[in-house]
Amino acid sequence: MKYIDEYRNKELVLQIAGKIKEISTKPIRLMEVCGGHTMSIQKFGIPSLLPENIKLLSGPGCPVCVSSRSFIDHAVALARLPEVIITTFGDLIRVPGSTSSLDREKAAGADVRIVYSIMEAIEIAKKNTDKKVVFLGIGFETTAPASAAGIMMAQQLGLKNFFLLSSHKIMPPAMAALIDEGVKIDGYIGPGHVSTITGSEMYNGIAEKYQLGCVISGFEPVDLMQSIYMLVKQMEENDLKVEIQYTRAVKPEGNVKAKKLMYDVFELRDDWWRGLGILKLSGLKLRDEFSKYDAEKMIPVEIEKTIEPKGCICGEILKGLKLPKDCKLYGKACTPQNPVGACMVSSEGSCHAWYRYNREG
Amino acid sequence: MTSNQNILLSHGSGGKLSHDLIGGLFVKYFSNDHLDAQTDSAILGLSQKNIAFTTDSYVVDPIFFQGGNIGKLAVCGTVNDLAVSGAKPLYLSCGFIIEEGFPMDDLETIVKTMAEEAKIAGVKIVTGDTKVVNRGKCDKIFINTAGIGEMEEDKKHISFGTNVEDGDKIIINGSVGDHGIAILAARESLNFKSEINSDCVALNGLIGDALNIIGGIKFMRDATRGGIATVLCELAKSKKLGISIDEKNIPVKEIVKGTCEIFGFDPLYLANEGKVVMVVSQKDADHILKVLQAHPLGKESAIIGEITGSNPGKVLMQTEVGGRRIIDMLAGEMLPRIC
Repeated sequence: MKYIDEYRNKELVLQIAGKIKEISTKPIRLMEVCGGHTMSIQKFGIPSLLPENIKLLSGPGCPVCVSSRSFIDHAVALARLPEVIITTFGDLIRVPGSTSSLDREKAAGADVRIVYSIMEAIEIAKKNTDKKVVFLGIGFETTAPASAAGIMMAQQLGLKNFFLLSSHKIMPPAMAALIDEGVKIDGYIGPGHVSTITGSEMYNGIAEKYQLGCVISGFEPVDLMQSIYMLVKQMEENDLKVEIQYTRAVKPEGNVKAKKLMYDVFELRDDWWRGLGILKLSGLKLRDEFSKYDAEKMIPVEIEKTIEPKGCICGEILKGLKLPKDCKLYGKACTPQNPVGACMVSSEGSCHAWYRYNREG
Repeated sequence: MTSNQNILLSHGSGGKLSHDLIGGLFVKYFSNDHLDAQTDSAILGLSQKNIAFTTDSYVVDPIFFQGGNIGKLAVCGTVNDLAVSGAKPLYLSCGFIIEEGFPMDDLETIVKTMAEEAKIAGVKIVTGDTKVVNRGKCDKIFINTAGIGEMEEDKKHISFGTNVEDGDKIIINGSVGDHGIAILAARESLNFKSEINSDCVALNGLIGDALNIIGGIKFMRDATRGGIATVLCELAKSKKLGISIDEKNIPVKEIVKGTCEIFGFDPLYLANEGKVVMVVSQKDADHILKVLQAHPLGKESAIIGEITGSNPGKVLMQTEVGGRRIIDMLAGEMLPRIC
């Protein structure tokens, strides 16, 4: 675990900061589309190391934040069934649905359990054969292959009581949609974990079509500073392209095995993104041959009508059009203790990261 | 006590079994003049006019973890609350709420630990109570302890931080986050093992040494739930002063750092059970640091920051890579990352 020290070397970070200042002349706007980057940037105080003309924006990189309220409402409805055990990553527990949330349902007696992986959920299913165990599948290309592996495992074990409620999504359609929507950015700090699976090649189309720079970045301060330097250099030299800074994890072709597994189990469908609406072929649903594990199909339940919170500008924030501090609810009606929008709940959400690391700063 | 026995409802009913439990376990291990007398109230003689009085309930899950158990916490936590107020801890009360069916051997282990810790801390457990509730009505065992300590007149200001001012130094007595990670590792569902021990310990000895430097210590707080970040935020807000800390000077064990990376936690917000944050005068800072470092519980003590006149109400941290960010109160739960 010691390796992180090298990527947190202060002298190196400051040296790169100096180089950025040296070559940077144009005002540029860079967007990160990974919740892990949002966290790191705030945690290490990266913006305070950059010249004023470089602005960093947070995009739709937090899976909890971009998922629809109806997904939470669906999970809540399932949780209310006495025969169901909901298993979920911790981030989802406090996300408000239209009238309830999983933590409220848990307090009211529902069996909702936090797990760290789908494999843990499978263990729970093995031990509770008289219950239906539903795993809430959320996340981009990073977590979708793990969900696919879980479904394969359930099949091998012959489990009849294990189900997936999928909100899995893929990243490139959102990156393109943002630009189509008129969001003004000059380059993407490309998602490190997502790209470990997908590779960098899939961004070529976006970079070319929209004339954007894109550097796939790691998560440590040296990684981020170097990626920003590479992007600035691209802009200054007018040489826009896809590059990998995070070479110790990302290959151009990605993880071929994981990608295959993902598409063996899932197929693309149109999906709703907060702030972006319905994007063509941007979500992942279980293929028909796996529908016996699909909670949507196998556990019929009535889902309440979705009510979006009034005044919440999560959508605009996810697009980088507004900052958390522009929201009337931010820090007042909406705080991590009492979140209105999803961006305030997830530790990777922009509002949460702002509140935690950068409030008024 | 014989092994392979479980706690029954009758152990809390006040009858023969209760009597046996009190005599055979609690009085046996906690024995002192006040408790042995088995009066309804402990009658205590005190020599100071100021009394510090505190209470805390312990419901930690799991009850046994690397480096301690719920009993050790119950004694050390309350002793520390008194010690950081500038008081000399003297007496504890101790109330047990036990779930029917709880193994007697486990109870004995917990009581024995409490007796040992009380002895080390130089406090007496002088009164207590035991209740047993039906299976499923509490989770194994809950313990409440209250504590009394005596306080000299010239230490009264410490709790309030009355004398804290611009330029004062902030000291921590060692690495942060050990307890939080030890508890995390002990949770069954995680399938994650770590060698980290909880830092759970009574701090009155260490604090006593430093308190001898008259007037040097201006404020103390034990950094338990919410970690050192919460202590510093509360101080900055209540005193309307700024605090500036330097991440590179805050001791964090390598294993704690690594675990935090994996789970997306921040060590500054992790619970500690043997760490005190001290605000000390600039002129006495080095002297106090040396005194702390000479004590076994303070070897890794470090000056981590200072009180500033600028940015009142805020805690600013120079990050390890030279960036700057605001430290705020813990925002909601610390949740695991999913992407």
